[in-house]
Amino acid sequence: MRKKTNIVVGVLVFLLVVTAPIWLNFGKSAAAEGPEVSLDTPTINALPEDQRKCIYDTEYMRDNHMEILHQWKVQVVRDDNRVMVTPDGREFEMSLQNTCLDCHSNYEDFCKKCHDYNGVDPNCWTCHTNESTQYAGGATADEVNSGEVAS
Amino acid sequence: MENMSRRKFLKLGALSAGLVTLAGCATIQKTPIGGGTFEKSSSEEKVGKWGMFIDMSKVDDIDAIAEVCHHEHNVPTIPDKRHEVKWIWAEPFQALFKEITHEGIQEKYADVPFVATCNHCRKPVCVKVCPTQATFQSENGITLQDMHRCIGCRNCMAACPYGSRSFNFVEPRDYIEEVNPEYPTRMKGVVEKCDFCYDRLSKGQMPLCAEKSEGITVGDLDNESSEISKLIRENMTIVRGESYGTEPSCYYKVSLLEGEA
Repeated sequence: MRKKTNIVVGVLVFLLVVTAPIWLNFGKSAAAEGPEVSLDTPTINALPEDQRKCIYDTEYMRDNHMEILHQWKVQVVRDDNRVMVTPDGREFEMSLQNTCLDCHSNYEDFCKKCHDYNGVDPNCWTCHTNESTQYAGGATADEVNSGEVAS
Repeated sequence: MENMSRRKFLKLGALSAGLVTLAGCATIQKTPIGGGTFEKSSSEEKVGKWGMFIDMSKVDDIDAIAEVCHHEHNVPTIPDKRHEVKWIWAEPFQALFKEITHEGIQEKYADVPFVATCNHCRKPVCVKVCPTQATFQSENGITLQDMHRCIGCRNCMAACPYGSRSFNFVEPRDYIEEVNPEYPTRMKGVVEKCDFCYDRLSKGQMPLCAEKSEGITVGDLDNESSEISKLIRENMTIVRGESYGTEPSCYYKVSLLEGEA
């Protein structure tokens, strides 16, 4: 009989400990909110309010930008198709470096924030670059060009 | 089901595997995944096979051409010869044209520096040996390299009879003096070479070397009425390493006439 009580108490304690994170966080807003990315860049700010639109809407871009970039890469490198026309008729040059990173020039507050949060480490920037992305040794292209750091 | 013979089972298995593969091929996306269309740049002219005609008597400074090209394409300047990366460079005639046995020509040009670069062969060996299909031939006959796919095996370097390819033994960004933000750099561990200014051609511009020097003419080798075809017909030209069967597309003008360089 005593043995049985011990087992039941043991199981209950175990369950309580295992489910502790649920009880401790009950009712609190979930930490699952993504990081705040910034759209405060010179190119975006220079656009008129109604033209501040990516090729697709934010939600779709957030989920699919990696697939889109992959497709662009194949189209441009293999098939020499360089222009993409969005469903609403706007034309974009398919270029990570010269189109995407033109608007999203704030690497630290845009690309990196979300990638860090998701624990992914894409190697786009080992080759593609713009003024804000980092070169080997942590210098930006601007710094390398202005001679601030030894290239 | 329990009566199925081994033979029948394997047949069925192979059939379903085949069908799945076919279905996979059929679903390769030809339109943007989020909707819309892909298009070519409107300024691009239709070309069957891009080629180059080089008249060395009109090329003054090969190093200047190389500098413009290397700056535009973020090609690193590495002092250590073993790690050197180059897209276009100067080489003495006798080093480039060992096969040319004509004594007069060998004597006349011997040490004269000639332009060396990728020959964008009609039958490029580098493309055949690439295990990842990183190197490929574009529709208009340019030998290109998809840096995303290069695994740095250097088979292409071993195969290329012209030494047109360079390997990034060291981090190239450390050796780029002024970065051109419009063009990507490369990373350590990939092979690179001249890309015939593929991106400029798409925008209707000429390759930089041709723009920089009047001695270099590029055009469509498959079009008989193009300027380059005319130049090749009207001049005595040679190509590098003809016996390899790679059919190079860089034609060099030579002449034994008095007064012609």
